[in-house]
Amino acid sequence: MIKVQSEDFDVGTEIEHLSKGDIGIGGLACFVGLVRDIADDERISSMILEHYPGMTERQLAKIEAEARKRWQLNEVLIIHRYGKLTPGDRIVLVATTSAHRDAALESCRFLIDWLKTKAPFWKLENTESGERWVEARESDTVAEERWIIPGTAGDKPID
Amino acid sequence: MQLLYFGWVRGKIGTDRETIEIPDGVTDVKGLISWLRRRGKGYAEALAEPLVVRVAVNQELADLDQPVTSSDEIAVFPPMTGG
Repeated sequence: MIKVQSEDFDVGTEIEHLSKGDIGIGGLACFVGLVRDIADDERISSMILEHYPGMTERQLAKIEAEARKRWQLNEVLIIHRYGKLTPGDRIVLVATTSAHRDAALESCRFLIDWLKTKAPFWKLENTESGERWVEARESDTVAEERWIIPGTAGDKPID
Repeated sequence: MQLLYFGWVRGKIGTDRETIEIPDGVTDVKGLISWLRRRGKGYAEALAEPLVVRVAVNQELADLDQPVTSSDEIAVFPPMTGG
């Protein structure tokens, strides 16, 4: 399930809802991304998360579909916020459920790694020295490439 | 065609969207980017390095040789930074 929203979410409520009523689930893995107060040695007072409505939902749905192809999952939840956020705010929630922990944990890591470089979001940070756009990080591309399976369809970046 | 700009591409071009007639001789993404670069200073700055910006045609990421038509929604934006 994909949710793109400006409002905050409650992690406990979302997680409880995800596994409720499905006693075949043996494990739930969850990642919550937060706004950090310092980036590149500069203090952040706030950031504006911009996205491409329509394409965002499509890309996130594709990433979910890719995870479901690779692992046996019961549920997948991705919540991604947009709009103005301040340090400490939740930005993103990724949660997966499966019969076994490996599938849940690995797919959760895969989802957050892939959405870093494949979901159409852009961050405008407000710092002490003014506004600046967050640049894509080489480390995020490396994290994404860890999940490419050589010689398969996964070899080609999804688009 | 409908053009959309995001991130610093929008910042440099100075608008988030515009509707244009497909320019004569433009048949693919590469041609469109080349044409846009000649539209003004902001465009030239935003698109100075065509390999840096990403293009989506009808909300799907596109290569430089992908054909474009007058009914397409085309978005130009920097590398994505989700999460």
